[in-house]
Amino acid sequence: MSPATSAVIRFENAAKVFPGRGRGAQVRAVDGVTLDIREGEIFGVIGQSGAGKSTLVRLINALERTTSGDVVVDGVSLASLSEARLRPVRAGIGMVFQQFNLLSSRTVAGNVAYPLEVAGWPRARREARVAELLEFVGLADKAKVYPSTLSGGQKQRVGIARALATNPRILLADEATSALDPETTRDVLDLLQRVNRELGITVVVITHEMDVVRSVCHRVAVMDRGRVVEVGESYQVFSAPRHDVTRRFVATALRDRPSPDVLARLRRRHAGHIVTVGVDEVAGSSAVLTRTLREHGVDGTVVYGGITEVAERPYGSLTVELVGDPAAVEGAVAALRRVTWVDDHGRADA
Amino acid sequence: MTTDWEFLAPLLWEAAGQTAYMVVIALLVGGFLGLALGLGLYLTRPGNLLQSKVVFAVLNIAVNVVRPVPFIIFLVALGPLTRAVIGRTIGIEAFTFAMAFMATFVFARLVEQNLVSIDPGVVEAARAMGASPLRIVRTVLVPEALAPLILGYTFLFVGVLDMSAIGGYLGAGGLGDFAIVQGYRQYDWAVTAVVVVIIVLIVQAVQWLGNTLARRALRR
Repeated sequence: MSPATSAVIRFENAAKVFPGRGRGAQVRAVDGVTLDIREGEIFGVIGQSGAGKSTLVRLINALERTTSGDVVVDGVSLASLSEARLRPVRAGIGMVFQQFNLLSSRTVAGNVAYPLEVAGWPRARREARVAELLEFVGLADKAKVYPSTLSGGQKQRVGIARALATNPRILLADEATSALDPETTRDVLDLLQRVNRELGITVVVITHEMDVVRSVCHRVAVMDRGRVVEVGESYQVFSAPRHDVTRRFVATALRDRPSPDVLARLRRRHAGHIVTVGVDEVAGSSAVLTRTLREHGVDGTVVYGGITEVAERPYGSLTVELVGDPAAVEGAVAALRRVTWVDDHGRADA
Repeated sequence: MTTDWEFLAPLLWEAAGQTAYMVVIALLVGGFLGLALGLGLYLTRPGNLLQSKVVFAVLNIAVNVVRPVPFIIFLVALGPLTRAVIGRTIGIEAFTFAMAFMATFVFARLVEQNLVSIDPGVVEAARAMGASPLRIVRTVLVPEALAPLILGYTFLFVGVLDMSAIGGYLGAGGLGDFAIVQGYRQYDWAVTAVVVVIIVLIVQAVQWLGNTLARRALRR
């Protein structure tokens, strides 16, 4: 990845080590991350829980301070700033949370007004701004109610309105949809997309859900044990996963790839050589697969798999039983490897 | 035996005034300082806004040392400090000083426990919006924990009223002293009973007020 001049957030070998309990029990939550997040994009950070993604996003608004390395936001190096001087930086970065974190002692309008009070806006401007924001998120009629009476999706809309109040250039969404049902998730993701498109705000989305990345993120970083193991265009990363973690992720999320259990059952049913072959817009269609097998004189039967879309482009995998002369099968697999990724599960008796 | 209420009524009235004096001052001072000390405990706790192992340990130990001491012993133990601050170790001012002191430490723990129950995520959200620790105390911690704080303060009232009962020990007077001197020592059970009823009624009224205010503070 070239160091884009338009990077609005730049991690420079950033690390965060927590002391942990007991001697030598340090936890390297973020372990030497170098990463650029570009102005105006929706950037996803995906990883299992404990991968360090929540800590990573908290380095951006310095809720957590780097132990070493630096994070540069809008040209400002955060590592060098004191706690008091970080406050205005934080005020310029909106954040939404998995559990919404609304003040239960304030009404919806009071919650949205909170960051404006912190920023010292006069009352009249505050009220106008709150009305405008509640309009934007479609909750104008809920201004005077308390958060406890709202549904999860409505609470998150309030959270987003609050995060946008002071016109930030960056919005951080930490598992913003993880506490929501699929339909509400869709609504909130649409809202995040509107925030990005209509207001031009850079959005950083932290998630463990493949679906979130698939539907809204332009680019994505995959995290594992504090490190970014893969980064790039969402489609690229998911259609050609280079790292095991990424693959596992994609597999559990899409279920187009056979689990060990499924594979064992497939083996019992099919005596031939079993391979899983990636399908994307290049290696694409099963036509490539069919042609390659025919050229090598190998018979192929699709026994498992699925093809779906990522970023509106075809994506998935097919698991195929190959029957034929062993040398021919090997040749076919080698040929497939030149156009796409192949997981070779071998033969039952091998 | 008949009770001479004409003789006792002014004394009872005076005793009630003394109890009111002790309780109100101890509640005001103990409430204010206890809130400050409780916030100090909460904020300096490891992982919180102003975390400091040393300050937290000092405050925590102080609270743990003071709180379990039986009040009647605490009164005596505090003697030197009472003399230094009030000028004497007996009388209503000296007794009220000891009450306010104990009330501070009792309330500090109640405040801390109520603050601990606040969702840390809400505090984090306020930090993310650039709020300073002082603003977070004022606009997040206290408002979010207001209902339990009111109930804790009501609880403190009962505790302070309880302390005031042994006011006679230092010559501070009060309802407790009246019940003992005019009731118990005169073998006049009716006097003791009247004082008990008065105290029960006061506690009931204050508890009702506390519950009502707490409910209103909840609004959720």
